[in-house]
Amino acid sequence: MAASSTHFVLSELRERVARLEGGATRRREVLPFGIPEIDRVLPGGGLALGALHEVAGGANGAVDGAAAALWAAGVAARTRRRVLWCVTRQDLFAPSLAQAGLPPGRVIYVEAGDEAAVLACFEEGLRHGGLGAVVAELARLPMTSSRRLQLAAEASGTLGIAIRRWRRQTEATDFGQPTAAVSRWRVSALSSRPLPVPGVGRPRWRLELLRVRAGESADFEVEACDAKGRLALSADMADRSAAPQTRRIGADG
Amino acid sequence: MPASKAQVLVRGLVNLELDPADDAAALDRLALWALRYAPIVAADPPDGLIIDTSGADHLHGGETAMLMSLVDRMEASGMAARAAVADAWGTAHAAARFVALPIAIIPSGEAEATMRDLPIRALRLPAPIVEGLHVLGFERIGDIEDTPKAPLAHRFGPELMRRLEQAMGRAPEPFEPVRSPQLIEVRRAFSEPIGAAETIARYTAKLVDQLCAALEQQGLGARRLDLLFHRVDNRIEAIRVGTAAPVRDTRRLTRLLTDRIETVDPGFGIELMTLTATLAEPLRDRQTISSLVEPEEPDISDLIDVIANRLGSSRLYRFAPVESDVPERSIKRIAPNAPDDGASWPGDWPRPSRLLSPPEPIDTMALLPDNPPVWFTWRGIGRRVARADGPERIFGEWWLREAETTSVRDYFRVEDEGGERFWIYRAGDGEDPATGSHKWFLHGIFA
Repeated sequence: MAASSTHFVLSELRERVARLEGGATRRREVLPFGIPEIDRVLPGGGLALGALHEVAGGANGAVDGAAAALWAAGVAARTRRRVLWCVTRQDLFAPSLAQAGLPPGRVIYVEAGDEAAVLACFEEGLRHGGLGAVVAELARLPMTSSRRLQLAAEASGTLGIAIRRWRRQTEATDFGQPTAAVSRWRVSALSSRPLPVPGVGRPRWRLELLRVRAGESADFEVEACDAKGRLALSADMADRSAAPQTRRIGADG
Repeated sequence: MPASKAQVLVRGLVNLELDPADDAAALDRLALWALRYAPIVAADPPDGLIIDTSGADHLHGGETAMLMSLVDRMEASGMAARAAVADAWGTAHAAARFVALPIAIIPSGEAEATMRDLPIRALRLPAPIVEGLHVLGFERIGDIEDTPKAPLAHRFGPELMRRLEQAMGRAPEPFEPVRSPQLIEVRRAFSEPIGAAETIARYTAKLVDQLCAALEQQGLGARRLDLLFHRVDNRIEAIRVGTAAPVRDTRRLTRLLTDRIETVDPGFGIELMTLTATLAEPLRDRQTISSLVEPEEPDISDLIDVIANRLGSSRLYRFAPVESDVPERSIKRIAPNAPDDGASWPGDWPRPSRLLSPPEPIDTMALLPDNPPVWFTWRGIGRRVARADGPERIFGEWWLREAETTSVRDYFRVEDEGGERFWIYRAGDGEDPATGSHKWFLHGIFA
């Protein structure tokens, strides 16, 4: 009884906050991961469309951004329209994105040369509205810029993903700085699932939801994108009976 | 030299009558052709072209690339050409003719240093003045620079000083850009010069309106637009935009032009704006797909145009598959709006999401010929290999290069103890030294 009344109060509070945020008039669409454990911790049951999301790699991934790029490709692959991918300098290998579900005909790359131009193209892409997702690789994402990007994404309903990637691992502390992004993720490589024979199994990632607006952070062990860009919960985690452990949002969140 | 003497010296010499009018007309045609490079072009008789490249060079990949392309194209059509870029017309005129390089680029602010070493003939002076200066012992432009000017001006007249100042880039030198009468052009003169960005944007929109009406009459769409601003001090500023497909949409063209207003320096004011469709193509009406079939992919060519005009069209591309097993050759860049044939790469083998270019050498310990390394060192960090897959053998493409007839690469996918996955290869098959150096390289990073 007590539980249901708190639930009621909470949902009413959420509604009021949503109205204050100005999102109430719009229908908030989400892109579910298709994994109940992940979708449950995300408000609305999935990654919000028309919003900016941040992702970075953990450890060495902060420099090479390999897993973060593939995660972004997997998300972008599950949108319907074309994808704009803005980079400062091109080192993506397109066949790998095709293996994550993004065929070469769907991705348009912009090699902008510097960060300011990447930001400008990112915003231009988000504002346009005819794209499924816009992905940009950025080292710095100041509050003002991220606010502009978030507003542009909200206005057009396009999904924006900022892959944060730095030249040196020490610069990765920048990821703690506040931005206007709706969610913040970190993807780090884990050892692949052992195979009964010698060889490398399906790659696994530790997927950390560091921060999400109106939600709590959590982390998951997942298997990397399949050919349709879908993740899967890692076998040993899927078998676990307890809910994925959630953390309180820290002061840095 | 008399013609008969020349004929003795050169066998098979062809004689042609000098025809200055015809030459001038041909030069004008060449100037019209050069409009593809920049909006402001003029013929510089008897043997030159002036191109104001400001605001247009980035669309051709920078000044050097633009000049190379210009000179190459001229050579391909049988003309020997020399080119120079400088801050002022006078400087570039002298550098193109007297600097001993086919392509001379004089950096901004270094005009004086370059000009000092050039002979006096580079100053575009009448022959009597040049001879007079030689008689007085002046050889180089620097000699005149170092001499008091007043006596020289008194002796040779104002022309000498005017040309000197122009060559040094210290005096303005306006010119009238060439325009073809067939081009669709609209113009707007102002009784009071304008300068504010908002005003310029407003009148740009009005000009685009007029231009689109004119284009519609002829059933054309613009592929390239030049917006010229004639300033009160006789200088011309220009904006050039290009589109990937013919466009007649007022809003879109206005957007492309106003996007670049910040690059225009209005100076003391603009008294005349002209908008020209320097390249126009037929634009057919197209039926939109009805709602019975699948919704059409939204049109993003306007976004492509905006970004391409800002960064240059080579910065915007898609990747397309090439039938090659060598990883770096298996992709090619195509235009973003090229038709999508649905082709992709064969998906059997995992490919890394980041490809290092060029591959980085690593230190390894590995059993030959077939085993993956036990450990390797990359960028100073040693890693023990926990799991590995391979080898995937890739043979050299002998039909491309003779040297690749025997070469082999063995690719391995390795995972270190921390779970990071890498794509490494050994140059060579591990047995035959003819197939490669047997050194190891890291070529990509898996997610």
